[in-house]
Amino acid sequence: MVDLFTKFDPLINEREALLATGVRDPYGIVMDKVLSPTEAMVNGKRTILLGTYNYMGMTFDPDVIAAGKAALDKFGSGTTGSRVLNGTYAGHKDCEDALKEYYGVDHAIVFSTGYQANLGMISGLAGKGDYIILDADSHASIYDGCAMGKAEVVRFRHNSVEDLDKRLGRLPAEAGKLVVLEGVYSMLGDVAPLPEMVKVAKKHGAMILCDEAHGMGFFGPNGRGVYEEMGCEKDIDFVVGTFSKSVGTVGGFCVSNHPKFEVMRLVARPYIFTASLPPSVVATAATSIRKLMHAGEKRAHLWKNSKRLHQGLRDMGYKLGTDTAQSAIIAVILTDMAQAVSLWQGLLEAGLYVNTARPPATPAGMFLLRCSLCAEHTDEQVGEILGMFERAGRATGVIP
Amino acid sequence: MSDRDEIFETVAEQIAPFNKKGIKLTDATTFAGDLEWDSLTVMDFVAAIEDEFDIIITMNMQAEIETVGQLVDAVAKLKD
Repeated sequence: MVDLFTKFDPLINEREALLATGVRDPYGIVMDKVLSPTEAMVNGKRTILLGTYNYMGMTFDPDVIAAGKAALDKFGSGTTGSRVLNGTYAGHKDCEDALKEYYGVDHAIVFSTGYQANLGMISGLAGKGDYIILDADSHASIYDGCAMGKAEVVRFRHNSVEDLDKRLGRLPAEAGKLVVLEGVYSMLGDVAPLPEMVKVAKKHGAMILCDEAHGMGFFGPNGRGVYEEMGCEKDIDFVVGTFSKSVGTVGGFCVSNHPKFEVMRLVARPYIFTASLPPSVVATAATSIRKLMHAGEKRAHLWKNSKRLHQGLRDMGYKLGTDTAQSAIIAVILTDMAQAVSLWQGLLEAGLYVNTARPPATPAGMFLLRCSLCAEHTDEQVGEILGMFERAGRATGVIP
Repeated sequence: MSDRDEIFETVAEQIAPFNKKGIKLTDATTFAGDLEWDSLTVMDFVAAIEDEFDIIITMNMQAEIETVGQLVDAVAKLKD
């Protein structure tokens, strides 16, 4: 018998060597108790959370929690079924209505996760003989959506309008084309030059899908995403999003004005062949989405936090993923996994949790500590965060 | 020099900046094994080849290409 695990030996050995140096496992953190959107107990220590994507801090909103409890009592703990069979409750339709209100569109489809929304939309939309043109730094869910479908897949260099133009120009004019973009790229927290990309995609007759997972809630006058902020609402055919970031629960969706959009419910396999979200989840999502429509003050505070952290870290001498704070993600670039884990551990011991990211999830083989800010981080907390970064950075020799 | 030889020469020129160990190139040279390229290097290299020949090598095609010879044949076919 061939042991199918043999191929994982290099990864197992690398991981064991890292842990043998005495560091904690950056991928084995347990939150024993969660105190608020910004604090949890980790290993008995009160810890500030700076790596959760809980941008708008809706996870402990009293109205959101009350809606979830009421739905749990009224509709039970789960649907035990697919959206197309017994798994669509009043709450699922209400959640789709909330999305239509939020985005000002005709159609909304809720999937069980954001990952499945991309899988379902991309694999469903682009069929045999069609082309998908995607940014090289696209999220894994976009790549997996491509791999799941039967379309031809073409990559262009990250955020390069010229590269996208050239590649679209080489494709058969008569073929169906779907350009897949993201508003915010989650590894470095940089945003896409959407107006220029949209122009090029339209010139070549392509439809456009934009993933706004990391933009919903705080970009644009209505918090719809980077595409709204940049004035591309009329030109993006499909917007994909998630409930697991600004909305504060779990689930995914796609919204569109395409008159035939509803047929996706019959052709997107990740929509059909999985159970729908529990009633409590869609109730919390709908309540949160409607509250996010009027969250101007929270948005302003989140941007203030992001700009302050970016400036503070840069002044200390950290190398960051972007020159300015382009989103609510601030990525600290480190030289290797050992340095990344040692700083990560120093921060955790001081009482701060951030994300570690490494190849192949990162672009250009980078090792990163990723910080994501929350609208509920207070000015005092941001001050504490900067203090911890300064001390841990010096202790580990990352900054002078 | 035949068309195929010319393509081989051009492909070899494009490989050079990524050929850190100076491996001698033949049709049988493999990208993952002999040249020890990771997925990021492959991505940069494919983009360079596409621009050099003004072609598209889809990810679906890339999955089938393991050796320099296979790439040269694919480029020859795509150029037609």
